[in-house]
Amino acid sequence: MAIVFSPGPWLRPRRFSIAFDALAALLLLGVFVSLGLGSVGTFAPLATLSTTPVSLDPAGLPYYAVRTVLRMLAAMVASLLFTFTYGTLAAKSRRAEPVLIPLLDVLQSVPILGYLSFTFIFFMGLFPGRVLGAELAAVFAIFTSQAWNMAFSFYQALRTVPHDLDEACRSFRFPAWQRFWRLEVPFAMPGLVWNMMMSMSGGWFFVVASEAISVGDRNITLPGIGSYVAVAIARQNLSAIGWAILAMTLVIIIYDQLLFRPLVVWADMFRFEQTARQVSHSWFLQVLRRSRLVQVAMSPWSIGVRQLLRVRLLNAAPARRRRFSESRVLDIFWYGAVLAALLWSAHIAVRFVVKELSWIEVGTAFRLGTYTLLRVAILIVLASAVWVPAGVMIGLRPKLAERVQPLAQFLAAFPANLLFPVAVFLIVRWRLNLDIWLSPLMILGTRWYILFNVIAGATAYPTDFLEAAAEFRFRRWQWWRQVILPGIFPYFVTGAITASGGAWNASIVAEAVSWGNTSLFAHGLGAYIAQSTAAGDYPRIVLGVAVMSLFVILFNRLLWRPLYAYGERHLRLD
Amino acid sequence: MDTAIAHPGDGPTAAGDPLLRIDHVCREFPRPSGGSQVVLEDIDFALAEGEIVGLLGRSGCGKSTLLRIIAGLVSATRGEVLFRGQAIREPIKGIAMVFQTFALLPWLTVLQNVQAGLDAQQVPEPAARRRALSAIGLIGLSGFENAYPRELSGGMRQRVGFARALVVEPDLLLMDEPFSALDVLTAETLRSDLIDLWSQRKLAIRAILMVTHNIEEAVFMCDRILVMSSNPGRIGAEIAVSLPHPRNRLAPAFRTIVDDIYGRMTAGLAPARGTKNAASTASLTTWLPVIGAPRIVGLTDTLAEPPFDGSAELSALAAHLHLNVAGLFRIAEVAQMLGFAELREGTLHLTASGSALAASGIQNRSGLFAAHLLRTVPLAAYIRRVLEERPSHQAPRSRFLEELEDHLGTNDAEHTLTAVTGWGRYAEVFFYDHKQRLFSLTRPWEQVT
Repeated sequence: MAIVFSPGPWLRPRRFSIAFDALAALLLLGVFVSLGLGSVGTFAPLATLSTTPVSLDPAGLPYYAVRTVLRMLAAMVASLLFTFTYGTLAAKSRRAEPVLIPLLDVLQSVPILGYLSFTFIFFMGLFPGRVLGAELAAVFAIFTSQAWNMAFSFYQALRTVPHDLDEACRSFRFPAWQRFWRLEVPFAMPGLVWNMMMSMSGGWFFVVASEAISVGDRNITLPGIGSYVAVAIARQNLSAIGWAILAMTLVIIIYDQLLFRPLVVWADMFRFEQTARQVSHSWFLQVLRRSRLVQVAMSPWSIGVRQLLRVRLLNAAPARRRRFSESRVLDIFWYGAVLAALLWSAHIAVRFVVKELSWIEVGTAFRLGTYTLLRVAILIVLASAVWVPAGVMIGLRPKLAERVQPLAQFLAAFPANLLFPVAVFLIVRWRLNLDIWLSPLMILGTRWYILFNVIAGATAYPTDFLEAAAEFRFRRWQWWRQVILPGIFPYFVTGAITASGGAWNASIVAEAVSWGNTSLFAHGLGAYIAQSTAAGDYPRIVLGVAVMSLFVILFNRLLWRPLYAYGERHLRLD
Repeated sequence: MDTAIAHPGDGPTAAGDPLLRIDHVCREFPRPSGGSQVVLEDIDFALAEGEIVGLLGRSGCGKSTLLRIIAGLVSATRGEVLFRGQAIREPIKGIAMVFQTFALLPWLTVLQNVQAGLDAQQVPEPAARRRALSAIGLIGLSGFENAYPRELSGGMRQRVGFARALVVEPDLLLMDEPFSALDVLTAETLRSDLIDLWSQRKLAIRAILMVTHNIEEAVFMCDRILVMSSNPGRIGAEIAVSLPHPRNRLAPAFRTIVDDIYGRMTAGLAPARGTKNAASTASLTTWLPVIGAPRIVGLTDTLAEPPFDGSAELSALAAHLHLNVAGLFRIAEVAQMLGFAELREGTLHLTASGSALAASGIQNRSGLFAAHLLRTVPLAAYIRRVLEERPSHQAPRSRFLEELEDHLGTNDAEHTLTAVTGWGRYAEVFFYDHKQRLFSLTRPWEQVT
């Protein structure tokens, strides 16, 4: 979209140079060629997967990495399309809103890895005998880990478009299409880019988990870093796992440098505040902006997009639209239909589970859910006890924070499930208690969210408060309790919500792990879902996923929401 | 000077076919409990080609709502607005608006912002660009075409706002307090520039309608001033200004008109709450502005001291306090309601209790304030009575808020209760705990221990 808003080249004299041209051309060529090579395999017949199985030769890793990255990109594109349509519909339609927003809330709470088996079968059915089906299933899994919070952020931005800008666009009679691209999307952009980053860093976890799927007796191993690790686990090859970790690290760094850093810097121009601000830097964006080659290549695009902006689309006569949207009869009809659909799906789900399972089974699921809940709660408390003080200490030292913050973000993005085999190897070797020692795996990746949010909070903390506290010589405990903890509370809650959501999801892969032929299970709902998936036991998967969703929703509603609201109400610093 | 002041009916409206006709427009907002709150009542006037008309009034009198009805952004409850004989129901071609907050899209450059209105009208790209560049040149922004709004000062941003409005070549230009967000010097330059362009006929627009609360600004720019009264918003007076441009603010003729308007605006205020006993005017559900008690006390202090020694003209007092008159009105109104001051013919007089308040020390002030508060603000007395009657001596905020909402609507009820809460706390008539949203008769921090 950079092109939509960039002025013609004649307006912005820049320093162009051959070096920048060469660098930009080289990098872009590299990106396009590798993406092209990677996508060829996507359309191959399914049989190629068994004729060319994933090999543990490190030389193959770059290719696997490209395949993994492609899946991520495809999922991100799908998530953006979803965001623009779903978010817009929810924000603009009075009738759709009360249905779509609670639905989004529930979808956010459903453990993605739990329903992998269903979507897998669905997509394989769409493209029988093609790799594409399995690919789409994997992409869909990543999509479901990314789309919800992006759509939600877009919806919220649309609902909070500043009143004066709204009036200006209306009074200058912007057509809906132009209003969308010139007012709404730009206004939503900073929040959307931030959420894309969060989604992406969560997504690596799921791309790794969804590449090697086995449901019942069907095994599909898509070429990628995730399946490379799966094969390494099966063959008990620890050095291959080391290679995979290295490859993943490089992929995340490249992704950050070539995609997200430029995006963040670019999105800064959409900030609504009118003050000038120090902007973070992206060398790649700089190269693109300074390269005349890129400018020239982009100019037909730019003109095309400008023309597209002028197209009058979606411009029904307002008077007619209003009459349609205010009709009471349609209201009754609509809400009636929603209610009927709701009752019908509840009926189907209950009948399905009741027919196949007994009430004792439901009790078991709840008991196991309580175990997992206990684990998540204890882990959040422990992680907070360690990382909140650490985050404060780092955040209050700007020089240090500057260096640690990107590292914390990187660690949050790094798929912790790549590290599981190492931990499992140790657990097997020392014969540790599974119920205790498998638990830390759940929070291995997600605790970083606590750290970097707390660092952000401490960095933003006003210095005059600190100076006042120092001046009045607050004592250590009083300082924590009255000065710093209230100040970073909202940031901490944001981080903890993300961390606990991630931990629930991770429980499905963390409570049930394997090393070679050894399979280890902790007692918990995650292990229950994982075992049911491996056995292809659908009623139990449905039950497990439903119970886990319920637990997550209740956890959010009864704990995090009130805490967040409390922080918003009483502990805001502005 | 009488020749410069006309009365409704004498103005240019009488001649010819008007550009804009506001025909008995009313605007009501529904209240949550049913019924409705009247914001604008029976607004009726016309705008002829070639004139600049000002809508002058205090904040909250509905003048901005009226402007938005004319712009087609808000619909009228009754009556209609006719532009060249056509009823306005949505924003139309031929009317453009300049906003108080500039309302520029921060992600578009100056050129793109100015051109956006033309893009919306499907003007072909080369023509749109040419027109936008010429509008930017006309308004004095050449060289800033590719700057983003956040790189510009407030005055430059509002110039972009003007260029954006002028480029679509409207017949009628609406301006919503366009200079009020700017500092004094910048505002004056921009006003003069605009008047120069207008008098030299360099603008394609046929008429300007501007909303303002600044009396001098209205007299400086307008050919005709409509003074609005509030609650509900009505047009109270119409004053024609026939001084030639450029106008000199210090000229006696200019001052006479300004003073005349001051007189009318304060006269409009006086009969409502002035001579009669102040206590009888505020009812349990009167809307009250959030003005901190210290400001009211500060006003009595200032009035009591030299050079005023007990009474001051509002305009002089406003200048002394660096406040605009509208802002001072509000404080004066509350001081009058509480019985500390009296407003007569544009002059604020300290009452006996006002002098006592100014003379008393910090400790005694809240007691004196409390006595007046309980006597003159029924809502404060009511909250106090409820707390006394309850065995717990506590009552949640929502209990009073809901009652007020039935009469005032959500926003105004919130506002009024916040105002009374502040005064009550200052006077220690009751106490309030923000976390629990709870009123109490005794100090909450003492209940705990």
